[in-house]
Amino acid sequence: MRTVLALIVTVLALWQGVIWLAGMPPFLLPSPISVAEALWINRAEITRHAGYTLAEVALGFVLGSALGAALAVAMGFSAKLTAVLRPILTFSQTIPVFALAPILTLWLGFGMAPKIAVTVLIVFFPVCSAFLDGLARTPQAALDLAQVMGASRGRIMRHLRIPAALPYLATGLRLAAVYAPIGAVIGEWVGGARGLGALMIHANGRMKTDLVFAALLVLSVMTVVFARLVAIAVARLWRRYAV
Amino acid sequence: MSAAAIVRGRAWVGDTALFAPVDLELGTTGWTCLLGPSGVGKSTILRLIAGLETGARFEGRVETNRPVALMAQDPGLIGWLDVTGNVTLGARLRGENPDPARAETLIKAVGLADRAHHLPSNLSGGQRQRVALARTLFEDRPLVLLDEPFSALDARTRAQMQDLSAHLLDGRTVLLVTHDPAEAARLGDRIVLLREDGLTEWSVPTRRPDAAARPYDAPEVLALQADLMRGMMA
Ligand SMILES: Nc1ncnc2c1ncn2[C@@H]1O[C@H](COP(=O)(O)OP(=O)(O)OP(=O)(O)O)[C@@H](O)[C@H]1O
Ligand SMILES: [Mg+2]
Repeated sequence: MRTVLALIVTVLALWQGVIWLAGMPPFLLPSPISVAEALWINRAEITRHAGYTLAEVALGFVLGSALGAALAVAMGFSAKLTAVLRPILTFSQTIPVFALAPILTLWLGFGMAPKIAVTVLIVFFPVCSAFLDGLARTPQAALDLAQVMGASRGRIMRHLRIPAALPYLATGLRLAAVYAPIGAVIGEWVGGARGLGALMIHANGRMKTDLVFAALLVLSVMTVVFARLVAIAVARLWRRYAV
Repeated sequence: MSAAAIVRGRAWVGDTALFAPVDLELGTTGWTCLLGPSGVGKSTILRLIAGLETGARFEGRVETNRPVALMAQDPGLIGWLDVTGNVTLGARLRGENPDPARAETLIKAVGLADRAHHLPSNLSGGQRQRVALARTLFEDRPLVLLDEPFSALDARTRAQMQDLSAHLLDGRTVLLVTHDPAEAARLGDRIVLLREDGLTEWSVPTRRPDAAARPYDAPEVLALQADLMRGMMA
């Protein structure tokens, strides 16, 4: 905690120092104090937008994770399905989400739907691939045992492969939680008037750089908190399954 | 077929023969002890009977006509299940309702009553081996394959587990892989030695008492043990 605090103070001091020494105009780089002011003055507006973004992030994360996990299990069952889907999944990751966001907005309108869709796209892949990795790594001794015991494929999946893969799923979920807000913000940049992304674009267009920074700050804090909550929830889930 | 299991053939690892042609037939009851030097292929034979992948290529035929329980050399405990969960795993994997009373009795019998809710990571090596033994006994199968099941136990516990297994597995077909001539002398109705040149049947002069191991200090048991040891050194 001490070092984190020291780091923050150092960064703030450097930031302020650069402004003084280089004489940067505030619309290029606002001072920490003006960012804090912008944050305070616009707190109601920022909170409203942040709530909106958070809702998209949470919904997108839950949907994307569920989809990714379900597909991983399906692929874990069938080598054929994996052979077909793996290249498609990899290919899907070569398309930048930035390019997809406008199309999704076109299809789904200016409401929450396209933002959630972008978040789902971002969350889906790390969850699916990490979980699938885990499903393929059940200890051979356990699989041998199950075979001798006369277990069906479904029960091997349920009682051995899925629980053995949970730590991998947890890794995927934690990673996805960090990226999920990026998805929502990209969606908000492209269309609509609500959410931190929209607020940033709007403020940027009017050279209110301090407000952009304030929104960014809130987004970062939100991401850290969200990722932390997901990590805690995942740890709980893991413990419940373990007993 | 009247035998519980038959292994007839030879095994190769790559291009080298693992062992010369063997012909092993297990009767419908009784303990067969399989001894032999490390790496000669004892576990391979067990895994063949259990229908599992082996590192070797087998040429010949393997037959069994009854359900198998296997305690592999790697006990393979499930890390996220406690002792009870591990012991009852087979039932759950078959979609049956495990009998908690029976599990409790077996866990008590292997001396782990106070550890029933511990995870494997909190157990000693010998305790883990006893969990695997309890799990194998819980399976209640007519053909039981035990791969060095007592190797991690102290002499006293080992003798107790031998008594317990002889008692609980009475009337079944047991194939026991062991490195310990004393163990083979106590438990074997038949003793076979596996070497690169194939299987040798060892004569077992005295009958084993019903549902029990031979006493560890009986002169004929000690004599058989010494005899086996000489045979293994030869
Ligand atoms: N997965 C594998 N791939 C390649 N070779 C293997 C594999 N498993 C076993 N072997 C080889 O097969 C041979 C027989 O192995 P096995 O496990 O049957 O020996 P063992 O008689 O049980 O020995 P030990 O008494 O040490 O347990 C060994 O030489 C081993 O190197
Ligand atoms: Mg072995």
